[in-house]
Amino acid sequence: MTALTTTDLTPPRAVDDGAAGGGPTPGRRRFRLRLPDRLRQGGLPYLLLLPALLFELLIHLVPMVVGVVMSFKELTQFYLRDWTQAPWTALSNYEVAVDFDAPIGAALLDSFAVTCLFTVVAVSLSWLLGTTAAILMQETFRGRGLLRALFLTPYALPIYAAVITWAFILQRDNGMLNHVIHDQLGLTSDPTFWLIGDNSFVSLVLVAVWRNWPFAFLILMAAMQNIPQEQYEAAQLDGAGVWQQIRRITLPSVRPVNQVLVLVLFLWTFNDFNVPYLLFGRAAPESANLISLHIYQSSFGTWNFGFGSAMSVLLLLFLLLVTAGYLLFTSRGRKGEHV
Amino acid sequence: MRRTRIARAAAVTAVLTAITATGCGGGSTSGGSNDNPDELTYWASNQGTSIEHDEEVLRPQLERFTEETGIEVNLEVVPWDSLLDRILTATTSGDGPDVLNIGNTWSASLQATGALLPFDEETFEAIGGSDRFVPSALAATGAEGQDPTAVPLYSLAYGLYYNKQLFAEAGIEEPPATWEELVEVGERLTDGDTYGLAVEGASIPENVHHAFVFGQQHGADFFDAEGNPTFDTPEAVAAIKQYIDFLAADGIVAPGNAEYAQNQSVSDFATGKAAMLLWQAAGTSLENQGMSPEDYGVAPVPFQAEPPAGGQAINSMVAGINIAVFDNTDNRDGALDFVEFMTSDETQRALNAEYGSIPPVATAQESEEFATEELTVLRETLAQSAAPMPQVPEESQFETLVGTAMAQLFADAAGGQEITEDAVRERLTAAQQQMQG
Repeated sequence: MTALTTTDLTPPRAVDDGAAGGGPTPGRRRFRLRLPDRLRQGGLPYLLLLPALLFELLIHLVPMVVGVVMSFKELTQFYLRDWTQAPWTALSNYEVAVDFDAPIGAALLDSFAVTCLFTVVAVSLSWLLGTTAAILMQETFRGRGLLRALFLTPYALPIYAAVITWAFILQRDNGMLNHVIHDQLGLTSDPTFWLIGDNSFVSLVLVAVWRNWPFAFLILMAAMQNIPQEQYEAAQLDGAGVWQQIRRITLPSVRPVNQVLVLVLFLWTFNDFNVPYLLFGRAAPESANLISLHIYQSSFGTWNFGFGSAMSVLLLLFLLLVTAGYLLFTSRGRKGEHV
Repeated sequence: MRRTRIARAAAVTAVLTAITATGCGGGSTSGGSNDNPDELTYWASNQGTSIEHDEEVLRPQLERFTEETGIEVNLEVVPWDSLLDRILTATTSGDGPDVLNIGNTWSASLQATGALLPFDEETFEAIGGSDRFVPSALAATGAEGQDPTAVPLYSLAYGLYYNKQLFAEAGIEEPPATWEELVEVGERLTDGDTYGLAVEGASIPENVHHAFVFGQQHGADFFDAEGNPTFDTPEAVAAIKQYIDFLAADGIVAPGNAEYAQNQSVSDFATGKAAMLLWQAAGTSLENQGMSPEDYGVAPVPFQAEPPAGGQAINSMVAGINIAVFDNTDNRDGALDFVEFMTSDETQRALNAEYGSIPPVATAQESEEFATEELTVLRETLAQSAAPMPQVPEESQFETLVGTAMAQLFADAAGGQEITEDAVRERLTAAQQQMQG
């Protein structure tokens, strides 16, 4: 963004300076002398971007490369202190990870499947709730500001405090949820387990959606406020109902925003570590054993960081692939529509 | 503008240095240096009721050390759930504390990393010799046949805590001495919302500590002489099934215990929801939860009525905390002075009394603070019938994998599934197969 603005602005200014004719101030002249025209016009933006690029490399790329290198090593407790000395293992970490007939690969595959299912459900629900709330919040009514603020609370709360509170609510014997549905309403014959067994998947989706939908709401609400009111008025004159207005005006108008929103929600949800870790601790139930937790357990729990890195690299490849595919697919669709 | 540029340049340099340091994998020289003799960084584990409580307890001792030696100690109390991760990170980066507390079950695993200073004879001399320590505690400081990389700081053992009032109401006069008796009195004590026993079913460390004791009593070692895992032997299956069965078959544990991992079982015991609890030095936590020492009794953890062939008379792991010196400390002498100070009789008495643990230093044990009913039972257990958890480099994997398998078995049992021998074996086999990674 910054790069574009700078490139756009620099040439006209140079022209202005020249057009001013007569005598540019000595100070400016000195400046111009030091920086060759070509560099000033074409290179300056890049020069300004350089520090950011350098930091990006240091903070993101270097650890990633280190991680990739580690994934080709046998990095167990014996080599932890000086991991450069760990023996190279070629592809053996990867072979173990993708050998789905063997127990370790099978566990990884299970965890991957659970994560995919969880992501699809949680992202869909978050998006649906966010969109619905954003549409409803377009109307002006009393208390709208208050409701908006209330809706955003889950997103504003510190994640640790929020998820720990959920863990308390979901406890079987003393939790609020069972107190309401079992003790007070009598809907279940026995108190239900929410944090172990198959129900833990439901709990995980519940907390993740609770946590993420305000983000969808916030982004979509902002996007919808940019839709000109006249479009709706015109549609109403043409006799379009509410549903048609949503389908024909609102949704197409926020499409570019949705494209990014869904991608971001997907990546966050797929990689989510905090929610399952805080909810279930180290011994996550199999039905809620998300891949990030699985990788954490496979590296920090068993001290096999080479293997953990190999799984991380596989995860990275998968996410890159999905992201690239998604962007390709959605952008092509959009271009086609507009042409 | 200029200032930001300088700051940025400084930041880049700092980051580059950090990366170079990481790349080198930290200290390559062994034994540390004495480049920074006036300062020490100490990572303490969370022994008290809170981080603040620990700081309050430790501060006066650290001040005393500073007075004696002139060395400033920067204290950081690290919570248990992040201590091991922090140590592993420090090990990889080489950027760690000078002195640190470790859970004694990690001793052999951390020893294998080479991150901790080995206590050879000479180093032991520097802190007053190894014969000051109780032998069982010293056995949990590293693999056999190698120099230990830590020394014992606080000792703990498991005991059977029982609610005197509930026992009296049920007409039970003696705490159970065998598991068979425990199940029998447990059944008599289980009534409505009150259960015979509370367990911490989703806690990996608690599960695995019990796996170890039941394993010893059944003759299962979990590792063979070569250090290879043997998680799913018939003995191991029988041992773990016996523990899970308290919930699954005997019905003396509330099904809800299957999801306990935040010491809810201690609360259940303190509030009378459960009549018995197997725990290490629970006294301080029970008092904090409003249960006074007169209300409960402490007995040794039960044994098997008819010990199976190969079974050992072990009823507790050697639990406790060790203190270690980070190998690339820049204040080696100061760090050893500090270890000596922390294991001196006076400091030992003060700290262990405050934390409700037992001094692993023999001469400090004789003090009368440690002559309570609770600590006497735990002390005798430690002296006579406690064994250290497997001192092999793969111990941490064992904890994680078997502890998780047991949490899953508890969850299955609580969900109404029958826990057969095959079901236990299947989980244990799967856990063992994860070791080959």
